[in-house]
Amino acid sequence: MNEIIESVKNLSIGFNSQKGKQISILRNVSTNIKKGETVGIVGESGSGKSTLALAMMGYIKQGLFPLKGQCLFKSEDLLKMSSRQLEKIRGRKIAMIPQNAGQALTPNLKIGYQIDEALKLHTDLNKTERDKKISELLNKVRLPSPETMAFRYPHELSGGQQQRVAVAMALAGKPDLLLLDEPTTGLDVTTQAHVLELLRFIAKDTGTSMIYVSHDLGAIAQVSDRIVVMYAGEIVLEGPARKILKEPIHPYTYGLLKSIPKLSLAGLPASMPGSQPQPGSINEGCSFYDRCNLATDNCKKNSPDLEHIKELDTNVRCFNYKELINQNNNLQTSITKKSNNSEANEVLKLKDVSISYAKQKFFDQLLNKISDQNPTVKDINIDIKKGETIALVGESGSGKSTILKSIAGLLKTKDGQIKFENDRILSSDLKMRNPNDLRAIQLIFQNPDESLNPNHTVEQILSQPLKLYFNLSGEELKKNIIDLLKKVRLGEFYMSRYPRQLSGGEKQRVAVARAFAAKPDIILCDEVTSALDVSVQAAVLNLLQQLKEDLGTTYVFVSHDLAVVRAISDRVAVLYQGRLCEIGPSQNVYKFPSHPYTEVLLGAVLEPDPDIKPKLVAEDIVEEKPPEKGCSFQGRCPRKIGDICNSEVPPWQIGENGNAIRCHINIEELASLQQ
Amino acid sequence: MLLLILKRIGLGLITLFIVSLITFVGVEVLPGDACTTYLEREAYGAALDACIKRLGLDVPAYERYLDWASNVVRGDFGYSLSGEMPINEVLGPRVKNSLVLASVSILIGIPLAIVLGIITALWRDKLPDIMISTITIFSMTIPEFISATLLILIVAIWLGWLPGIVIIPSDATFYELLSNIILPVVAISMIMTAHMARMVRSSVIQVMASDYVQMAILKGVPYWKMVFRHVLPNALLPAINVVALTIAWLLGGVVVTEVVFNYPGLGRLVIESISNRDLPVVQALAIILASIYVGINLIADLMTLMLNPRLKSLQIRK
Repeated sequence: MNEIIESVKNLSIGFNSQKGKQISILRNVSTNIKKGETVGIVGESGSGKSTLALAMMGYIKQGLFPLKGQCLFKSEDLLKMSSRQLEKIRGRKIAMIPQNAGQALTPNLKIGYQIDEALKLHTDLNKTERDKKISELLNKVRLPSPETMAFRYPHELSGGQQQRVAVAMALAGKPDLLLLDEPTTGLDVTTQAHVLELLRFIAKDTGTSMIYVSHDLGAIAQVSDRIVVMYAGEIVLEGPARKILKEPIHPYTYGLLKSIPKLSLAGLPASMPGSQPQPGSINEGCSFYDRCNLATDNCKKNSPDLEHIKELDTNVRCFNYKELINQNNNLQTSITKKSNNSEANEVLKLKDVSISYAKQKFFDQLLNKISDQNPTVKDINIDIKKGETIALVGESGSGKSTILKSIAGLLKTKDGQIKFENDRILSSDLKMRNPNDLRAIQLIFQNPDESLNPNHTVEQILSQPLKLYFNLSGEELKKNIIDLLKKVRLGEFYMSRYPRQLSGGEKQRVAVARAFAAKPDIILCDEVTSALDVSVQAAVLNLLQQLKEDLGTTYVFVSHDLAVVRAISDRVAVLYQGRLCEIGPSQNVYKFPSHPYTEVLLGAVLEPDPDIKPKLVAEDIVEEKPPEKGCSFQGRCPRKIGDICNSEVPPWQIGENGNAIRCHINIEELASLQQ
Repeated sequence: MLLLILKRIGLGLITLFIVSLITFVGVEVLPGDACTTYLEREAYGAALDACIKRLGLDVPAYERYLDWASNVVRGDFGYSLSGEMPINEVLGPRVKNSLVLASVSILIGIPLAIVLGIITALWRDKLPDIMISTITIFSMTIPEFISATLLILIVAIWLGWLPGIVIIPSDATFYELLSNIILPVVAISMIMTAHMARMVRSSVIQVMASDYVQMAILKGVPYWKMVFRHVLPNALLPAINVVALTIAWLLGGVVVTEVVFNYPGLGRLVIESISNRDLPVVQALAIILASIYVGINLIADLMTLMLNPRLKSLQIRK
């Protein structure tokens, strides 16, 4: 158990800036990986975690080069090896499971070939043995019908299946060390839980050491024996997983854990101020100084060393870590939010809304109607009160973004009505809406990199809605822009900046400011925090809540992340395949009895706590189309009772908690089943 | 799949039909008709009558179109005024000559372009790339008539290695042609190769930066194996359509080059029949060139369909 497989010694990796300065993005990193151990490397984007992981395979991305230090694999330095030598190690001794298997599998090669390639390179098996091995491997990663699977192309598989193929490929060479670079990021919650469960099984089964790189402490918590926390290219905390997650003694880790929304907690997570420093901007002192609430003058001048604390078996890079010992009860707290006034009027009503993506037939096009018996989204009835935050939750393909687009007028509805203020019907065609209605409903997108025009300054971005809706100009326009920036906690000097000069969180703030510039009644938020780091996500969530409390805006909040939804929303609607499953006040939806699909989703959520294991109750099958009749969840439901589920649409039942559930099982029975 | 191919072919035929209409209408709306245009000052009396009779200009335009179109479908393009013989006889050797010129250019150009593109991409920003890229960009910017003229000046006149202009009858045999077409081929393929090489280069660079190539490296796949199995098939796929466009665009280059080298091909025929005001021939050439254009693009589309596993399985599933 104590044999060291790979050891990184004082590794620094950097690049030459345009001014010819050497800038390091990995600074003096040392760590050891022991045999049979799973080490989680966690950090936010830009912390250098992926660079470290790739260096451990002797791979340095183009443009970067090692400045000093070694990566010793069985006492040989990978960074000094020729590519011929590395080919013998990669895939055979150290194998990689990539972040996005969909992009990491070569599109023109069948997956059988891609696994066979690894087998050919790293084993002495002959053709028949290899074929046998391929189906063995595909079987091991629990892919259905391994024999035919080998003849399929990567794009014919779902995201979860692609990830499993990548795992099979990595296992082909029987490596001593598996490197996993964000292997579950981008997968649906249930799929993610299944893949993690598979990885845990493989670690136990084969005794392989693993390095698990992720930004997601929830995923890390499920697999790691030991955790390494990275910040700004340095290791700031390293120790046994349980200690790190339950009693973090570095202020960054502490803040990070506090900023994660948790299922068990209502209310918003605490956010950390500021953002991670850019590589090259740290000259002296601690790299976390700007964001630390324990910081002293000493921290500004001197940078702390990684100190080993024997009694905790932990390495920590902080002068004041002692202040955090025994502080951990505070981890389970959150900021309570003001709930909205339930007496308020309804501002938006969706009545029997159905939306279809089906291609119109020529004849229907002439008559301008959509004839689709089985539309993507069907029979959505939701009434939204003024000042309320309602969340639409579901996995990819659940139709949540589709509904949002229809409310915004970007997608025509097939049937049903969208009513705005005093039951006035809004046209489903954007061009038919009057300017005031357009102003009243604003949209914030998932990825601010794509929603902000890269050639416009922040001032230009924010002035557009102000000019368009309020005809502002000159001094008044400028004053309004400064006000808006102040509202999203950005200084006046941001006006002349371009989006590329802003951090991810700052960009999303500008996007929020742009939406608020129109003084809207309703803001549609489409996965607004999923592209952000956790600490930044917490800040944006707090900002949205603050703005809502000040201005009385209504949010329709779409997300796949149940914990985020729990934190921000007053009411939750759970969707599967474009059909509503459950709707109710958020504190009740998160309590049993639940719709079986809600139960599956809640079970799959990964909490940053090694003691809370996900419950896998349903298969992670991907259904391409909603079923023609019956319950939408019939294909995956773990509590399916029989033919009635296939033939009849389940009725709505109102539970004692006030949440409505659409299921054939009697609600009391459901409650007792789920206890 | 079959349905899709038929659909594409159908679309191509519709395009050709429209081209034929446009050329026919274009000729119709010109002042005068084919005979007065050709005969110019002699357009009177018996000569004009004979010509009108010869071309059947005494019937209404739509009848003439139907007549002409059905003949073209059967492979008969009508009667050349200046050659005083059926157009098919004029065209035959010309088509063959141009085909030889174009196919030799393509056969040399495409493989060369692919090899150059790959070399420049794999040695990106190193000496081979810098040298080849400089040359390709240089040859891309010089139009054919200049490069052709320069070639004649340097190779034919100063060095005296090859004949400057092609002096062979239009019905020369294949071997007679080959020895004469070296300079025209160089002139034509220079630009074409340069364009395609640039295209292949950027495509390969893009694929080299992809996640799956990084994955292949981390899987321990040896470099050249990775290049041939993981990079090239994916990099060359999008290049097919560009190659088709380049080839179609080469038609224009062929016209210019043939004129400069006095090469008896289709291109020179275009110029000749325009300056002779031989409208039936111009009409026939328009249709032929359009068919080549449509045909090449059709082949490229079908090849992309065959080679891209994504599109292939998509079609099968439907």
